[in-house]
Amino acid sequence: MRKGMSGDNGPDIGKYTLKAEKHNAKDLPGIEDKYKQDFLDVGYDPQGAERSGSFLQVDHSVLCSKAMQEGVEIMSTTDALEKYSWLSDYWWHAVAPEKDIYTQQVDRKQTQGYFLRTLPGVKTTYPLQSCLFIGQEGLSQNVHNIIIAEEGSELHIITGCSVAEKVQSALHLGVSEFYVKKNAKITFTMIHNWAPEVEVRPRSGIIVEENGVFIGNYVCLDPVKDLQMYPVTYCGKNARATSQSIIYASKDSKIDIGSKMVLSGENSRAEIISRTVAADHADVTARGILSGSAPNVKAHLECIGLMLSDTARIYSVPELEATVKDAELSHEAAVGRISEEEIAYLTARGLSEEEAAGAIVRGFLNVDIKGLPPALGAQVRRMIRMSAEALE
Amino acid sequence: MLEIKALNLEVDGRPVLKDLNLTIEAGESHVLLGPNGSGKTSLLLGILGFPKYKVTGGSIIFKGEDITHLSTAKRVKLGMGIAFQHPPVIRGIKLGEMVNLCKGDTSQQVTQETRTLAKKLHFSDEFLERDVNAGFSGGEIKRSEIMQLMAQDPDFVMLDEPDSGVDIENMELIGDMIGELLHRRIRPSKRTASGLIITHLATITDYVEVDWAHVMLNGMIACSGNPDRIISEVMKGGYEKCVRECQETMDRI
Repeated sequence: MRKGMSGDNGPDIGKYTLKAEKHNAKDLPGIEDKYKQDFLDVGYDPQGAERSGSFLQVDHSVLCSKAMQEGVEIMSTTDALEKYSWLSDYWWHAVAPEKDIYTQQVDRKQTQGYFLRTLPGVKTTYPLQSCLFIGQEGLSQNVHNIIIAEEGSELHIITGCSVAEKVQSALHLGVSEFYVKKNAKITFTMIHNWAPEVEVRPRSGIIVEENGVFIGNYVCLDPVKDLQMYPVTYCGKNARATSQSIIYASKDSKIDIGSKMVLSGENSRAEIISRTVAADHADVTARGILSGSAPNVKAHLECIGLMLSDTARIYSVPELEATVKDAELSHEAAVGRISEEEIAYLTARGLSEEEAAGAIVRGFLNVDIKGLPPALGAQVRRMIRMSAEALE
Repeated sequence: MLEIKALNLEVDGRPVLKDLNLTIEAGESHVLLGPNGSGKTSLLLGILGFPKYKVTGGSIIFKGEDITHLSTAKRVKLGMGIAFQHPPVIRGIKLGEMVNLCKGDTSQQVTQETRTLAKKLHFSDEFLERDVNAGFSGGEIKRSEIMQLMAQDPDFVMLDEPDSGVDIENMELIGDMIGELLHRRIRPSKRTASGLIITHLATITDYVEVDWAHVMLNGMIACSGNPDRIISEVMKGGYEKCVRECQETMDRI
């Protein structure tokens, strides 16, 4: 069988099962109780406090999909396809089903996924939250998500993907298609919390129309067996897109992650920022492509890596492509180690060398995430910090 | 407070201090003068125990305890503190958080106490949200270093050129704060904090009264004495002339 991307010796789909025990809505309180901390760790608050709505899927069962604000829609994509005949215009429109074996598998054997939408002009007061959770050993979860911000609307999302502590091995395939309409804005903050034997293949496409804004943040600080992800953002006229990722790769994690920004609308702007820490035997490929094909586009790529071990590897691949004369594309890539001078400075303030190194790594990951509403920004920073603190 | 006996120090295999002796009593403040490369900063970092500064002979006694082979963190816990001349930028750690660390508090929440301290050093609340030393001006670095020291409140304060590249307004404030750190505003008999200040042009002594001055040359303390006399001789004839005259006086005695 043909593997996914060229050179990808990725997950063997056949190894995992599609059969999952069905969970019912009446099980929800028990499940929320049992996995409360796992949910909280990826930003999903079962209480739904300060959220405009919630979506929770455990294995293949959607256990919660409720909107708390007028003009906000949350449901499973299965229900959405039934409800809206027009949804076929969006289905496999930002990601091609034949892209690789993983998209093909999602196309053929989809197991739910979420549909999130803000109606024209509606702005979410609080973020929407979603959580895709695997509780069953050896399961393949194949979700297909659709996210639409209609004209002039603003949609903030926190989404987490995680597995139960007892789950050793699982496969998560996720197709996500984002549509940012004219003058609309989506901020999408995704937190992954996998396990050392879990394999992950998200496939995302983001279409940003005229004057639209998309801000994607990705945080992954726990070990994972094999994760590969490469969202592509298409920027229309005057669109703005930002992708920020914060990765702490440890143990035997193999992570291949990047973003592609296609600046095909005139005057569009894009930025990719990535911070990668590689420890133990981790192997990280950090990619980024900026492709400028319309007048007056401007984009920047910043890819910084920090090496903590002699047995880890960071492979940084920044790429720039321009096909018009007034495209302005730039990149900055660096891989380094923790500076002795910085450690010494912190020990002079009373920290031990280990504490100093920990503080420096935390600081390195503590990227100022731009473009989020202040409360959400503060919350995301807290979560990054919490996760980073758990590293030691 | 501090007693350094026949200290020999190496950096990357190169000797930087030779049989250096220095005693600083509780409540005393000393200044250290000397040309570039004479070993002043090495002495401070050696006292602090930075790993790069290897003791090859002699000992350092602090508060009666032999700390010659103690880690920096342990020396700091015993009551040492330093203001660096060129501190590194620490990305992602905010100044407010750093002030907390100096107090032994690992939270990043900026407290009212920290804000009050910052105000004293003429820093706004917003400034506390900046990454430590990132894009700080010369004066801001000095004030930030001293603010961190004040949060730490050490008994033995080392300052590496707190007066270099500082304008008059900042200098007055810095002088005031150092005076407070070194207990210069209270009666000599009540002072418990001690200090060792590196200064190039002795500007700091116009703002902070000190008890002793030393001139360092080639990794040794070549001359010690009354700060007024030593500073005026250095200003008149340079370090070497001061040292020559000093040694002649010693010979006569």
